[in-house]
Amino acid sequence: MSTRNTGAGSEQTDMGEQAETDERPAPDGRVQADGRAETDERPAPDGRVQADGRAETDERAETDEQAETDGRAETDGRADAVGAVATRTVEPSGIDVGPDEPEETGEFVGATRVEGIAVATSTGWAGTETAGALAGATERWIGTGGVQLCVAELGDRAQPTVVLVHGFPDSKEVWSEVAKRLADRFHVVLYDLRGCGQSSAPKPLRGGYTLEKLTDDFLAVADAVSPDRPVHLVGHDWGSVQGWEFATVKRTEGRIASFTTMSGPCLDHLGMWLRKRAVRPTPRRVGQLFGQGIKSWYVYAFHTPVLPEAMWRGPLAKAWPKLLERVEKTPGRGEPGGDYPTPSLPTDGAHGVWMYRDNVRSRLRRPRTDAYAHVPVQLIHPTGDIFVSEQVFDELELWAPQLTRRSLAAKHWAPRTRPDQISAWIAEFVTTVDEGAAPKEPRATSPYAARFGGQLVLVTGAASGIGRATAFAFAEAGARVVAVDRDTEGAARTAEMARLIGAPQAWGETVDVSDEQAMDKLAHKVAAEYGVVDVLVNNAGIGVSGAFMDTSSEDWQRVLDVNLWGVIHGCRTFGKQMAERGQGGHIVNTASAAAFQPTRMLPAYATSKAAVLMLSECLRAELACKDIGVSAICPGIVNTNITTTTRFVGVDQQEEQRRRTRSTRLYGKRNYPPEKVADAILRAVVRNQAVVPVTPEARGAHLMSRFTPKALRALARLDPKM
Amino acid sequence: MTTTVDDRLSVRTGGLPPELRGFREVQRLSYECAEAVAAQLRPGVTEREAARMQREWLRERGVRDWFHLPFAWFGDRTAFTNFRIPLQFFPTNRKLEPGMPFILDMAPVYQGYTADIGYSGCLGPSPLHDKLLADLEAHRDLLLREVRERRSLREIYEDVERLMVRQGYANRHRAYPFGVIAHKVDRVKERRWSPTAFGFGTQSLKGLASDALHGHREGWSPLWSPYRFSDHPPQPGLWAVEPHLGFRGMGAKFEEILVVTDSKDPEHSAFWLDNDLPHVRRWAEEKAA
Repeated sequence: MSTRNTGAGSEQTDMGEQAETDERPAPDGRVQADGRAETDERPAPDGRVQADGRAETDERAETDEQAETDGRAETDGRADAVGAVATRTVEPSGIDVGPDEPEETGEFVGATRVEGIAVATSTGWAGTETAGALAGATERWIGTGGVQLCVAELGDRAQPTVVLVHGFPDSKEVWSEVAKRLADRFHVVLYDLRGCGQSSAPKPLRGGYTLEKLTDDFLAVADAVSPDRPVHLVGHDWGSVQGWEFATVKRTEGRIASFTTMSGPCLDHLGMWLRKRAVRPTPRRVGQLFGQGIKSWYVYAFHTPVLPEAMWRGPLAKAWPKLLERVEKTPGRGEPGGDYPTPSLPTDGAHGVWMYRDNVRSRLRRPRTDAYAHVPVQLIHPTGDIFVSEQVFDELELWAPQLTRRSLAAKHWAPRTRPDQISAWIAEFVTTVDEGAAPKEPRATSPYAARFGGQLVLVTGAASGIGRATAFAFAEAGARVVAVDRDTEGAARTAEMARLIGAPQAWGETVDVSDEQAMDKLAHKVAAEYGVVDVLVNNAGIGVSGAFMDTSSEDWQRVLDVNLWGVIHGCRTFGKQMAERGQGGHIVNTASAAAFQPTRMLPAYATSKAAVLMLSECLRAELACKDIGVSAICPGIVNTNITTTTRFVGVDQQEEQRRRTRSTRLYGKRNYPPEKVADAILRAVVRNQAVVPVTPEARGAHLMSRFTPKALRALARLDPKM
Repeated sequence: MTTTVDDRLSVRTGGLPPELRGFREVQRLSYECAEAVAAQLRPGVTEREAARMQREWLRERGVRDWFHLPFAWFGDRTAFTNFRIPLQFFPTNRKLEPGMPFILDMAPVYQGYTADIGYSGCLGPSPLHDKLLADLEAHRDLLLREVRERRSLREIYEDVERLMVRQGYANRHRAYPFGVIAHKVDRVKERRWSPTAFGFGTQSLKGLASDALHGHREGWSPLWSPYRFSDHPPQPGLWAVEPHLGFRGMGAKFEEILVVTDSKDPEHSAFWLDNDLPHVRRWAEEKAA
């Protein structure tokens, strides 16, 4: 087992299309590398230097950058390769490219073949092992249409292949975090687009970036990494724009199994979209045109000659990492996932602009009218994307009949900021498609299904009332639900029903939220067994009614323990996990209309809820930089069983029971269903609202507290007969 | 109608008194109708068509008068979603789709005996609907137990509602006129012409009104509601009981006749008129499985 001569490989194997496009001037470098590898431990990185020698004629600056990158790669590569090579037996390449291994020979195309450490030897394929953002991946080069593409692979090659295509100005490392998370279940393939990362650029650049040529590249990669089975395609930004091309043109049929698109519309669809809005303008359509028109400002800028390249090679590349960190909130250097962008950024940017120049004008002017996706499509739309507006995908069902929609509270570089969620959705989609079931909308029918599908939601006080309704609403949206309550049976029941209405998984947990240790234990258990919570709903609460002078310190203790400390414990334990993960999330605290409406009937309860409201507001400010939203929900009078457990102070037991029954009947007459509050909670999470009064009386009181506080104070003096 | 001690004795000896037998026969006929119509439901059938199928099926078998005309509710109308006015109960042109729950509700009068039944089903398998149906059993048991304990009807109503909330459901019989969980049914005089008003047979309405008048004088009501006028122990007679669960756009109910007598023996003070009904058989099968 060992290195293999490229030339030999391509002669002896059936390369199909690959062989046609492969007129390789490159093997020069590669052959040398191979030759050397046979005798000692020099894998591909050398080849790269050679290839760059070629590039020298191209552009001076590029060579410098590239050499720098390669220098790094070389050291890394060599360090690993030494380890690998030390154990291997070197054989002449011709021997294992025998006819007895035909399936194997088809798998590699024109690159070095070095036995890497991480690669299963049973598959018979190997490349060089990489370090850095994609540590553990094996890299090789694939020649097509005059360029050499750098392809990295992770995971077991027997598993379904997922090809991740990067955008602009990125290299394949933009996917590194997602790739790592997918590698345990799939054969993950990443490649640098032509001229980006470590791939060589076409010559000349003009005309070298048409979608047709990018499709050639993709097919070459797909044929090399998965010759027998179609691949699952995932694209971000320009990777998604070209992904649409791959998923809609005839010649890729049978090579793609599914397509997950993020932040990159199909240019043909966009062309039709623009035309439709321009030809028959209505105020809304003009608004949409204008909105997307502004978001696309940079596209116009890239059509300026020379200047964009100069910017990318100069100040822009220097400022870019900081800019990403500040505007897009990608992890900074030193943080986990902070090893991005790579040093190839200046060339990524300078070459990448040709994708705009070669395609945008021609496609928008003359969009293909037959750009129908021939595979199931999953659209992941980051709602905070500053380059692509959601309206662009309004009529996507027309073009992609088997469409699954997802939306994500994130910005454009979601593969960097939300790798957990994205890899989970990709894995789910790929698995569904692979199992042969037509990918359906999540079983859940809720309008929020795109947003909450697969997310982990924890609700306290979930055995009844608003908590239970909230758990059900999230379940209907396809979220995984943890129902927490003191009442074991009730929590289990909530989980059971949640599973029946769309939650892929649901669990009931028995915990008293006022018990700090129990909450800590729960947080550990949830993190270990179910994952980090995406949405936390601190809802558990109890009622105390009666005059301040009648309220004992035990009553105060009890109501503060549950209503305030319960929220504090929830935010401390689960909120902390959320913040540490650094991939956003949302906390919802159930306050009350009593938080801003004083009343002589509820001094203790209102105090606890006012504290919750203020806590939420402060926490919201603190967690904003972590992309974690905090909402306070102020329901008002809602028909739940809180009245049947409310403590009425200052009266005997019989009177207390009478008041409970009476208030329950009154709340029943008001009959505001908890389901509507649950709906308000989901809406608050989607819109990241700060304070949400729900019932009309709560909204009225909220307005009064701001504009006519005196009137509200007068109302507070009322003491209705119970 | 009040069941006498003699009637109860005949219950004990195995057979029902002739009068109860009449009620039981028409109740069985109604459930037969419901099962026959449910078997014919296909995607695309509308509520109106389903109601007409029930009406025609029963007319063919001699039904001439109605307590109320047959109803049919499909989809989220089974949970009375967004029902504001009673007219919304009447069948619409909503079409049945695969996976949709449906409820057939009819109250024929046959040879002067009234039945009022409700039949819940679902077009295609639905674990959620199965769950709702299974959870109705607890309500049937609870109702009978508490009636035998001679609790006030209002209290029983609240207990049923509490159980529903505990199960995670909403009380949807609340949407019926006066929020009733049950109402009295009785014998109806056979007339050559039996008109209906707003879907209700005029003869039956007359009976109900006269009961209401009597009840008003004596401190009871033929309507079993959550209100103060139902705050009295069960009145002997035949009650058509219809607990109705709702859960996020899916509703399920059963409706059948509960016989209440003035017997001191709890066993015979109240009993379900018939235990051989589709939903009861279903529960038994589930337990056996």
